[in-house]
Amino acid sequence: MALSIIHRATGFALYFGTLLLAWWLIAAASGPTAYAHVHDFIGSLIGRLIVFGYTWALLHHLFSGIRHLVWDLGYGFKPNEREAMTWGALVAGISATVLLWIVAYMIGGGR
Amino acid sequence: MSAPDAESVKSMRTPLGRVRNLGSSHSGTTDFWRQRITAVAMVLLMVPVIVVVMMLLGSNHAGAAQMLGSPLVAIILLLFIIASTWHMKIGMQVVIEDYVHHEPLKLAAIMANNFFCFAVALASIYAILKLASGV
Repeated sequence: MALSIIHRATGFALYFGTLLLAWWLIAAASGPTAYAHVHDFIGSLIGRLIVFGYTWALLHHLFSGIRHLVWDLGYGFKPNEREAMTWGALVAGISATVLLWIVAYMIGGGR
Repeated sequence: MSAPDAESVKSMRTPLGRVRNLGSSHSGTTDFWRQRITAVAMVLLMVPVIVVVMMLLGSNHAGAAQMLGSPLVAIILLLFIIASTWHMKIGMQVVIEDYVHHEPLKLAAIMANNFFCFAVALASIYAILKLASGV
């Protein structure tokens, strides 16, 4: 199923997405000017799209990864179980992303 | 009776003795296991990290710096960074080994992967420690 390659692709994206986290932390440690640059970038349309994509990649990789951990323990190999976990990971990743962004906008992330 | 072959004349060591310590014995599953440890660590850390990021939304530099430097937040982020960069390093190495078959290129890519993950980890850890110590 295509979900296997999506797990790898989201992992690949998160690898480079970590640069954003590192940039943000370094900027916070550097001072107000550097932090304002990150703030402006993340607040821009492109920035928001990247962070939205990063949120989905992270949460999808999380749920899809839990599915792999279940398989590692020797469970969930029946066809209906595999299908359920795979679709579950996909739906949970998308739902959690949308939910988090709604909460984020509600608590003032929309600025 | 046939003459003994050249190899056995040169050395009295057994074939097993010759290859010992040259393979991945005893460390073959290290990366596999570490990938699982760091994965479970991040499953546990995901909720605290999301809470931290949510609390930082919309704050200015002073507010963010103060919060990132508070012990609990700093410790959560440090744990997350160590787990994620380690996980990244192992995951990307698997991807490289799957797709890059030209030996020199593969070695260069694996080396670059190590440099990248180590640099991201160190830079992030340094930033957090600097915020936490307030210097």
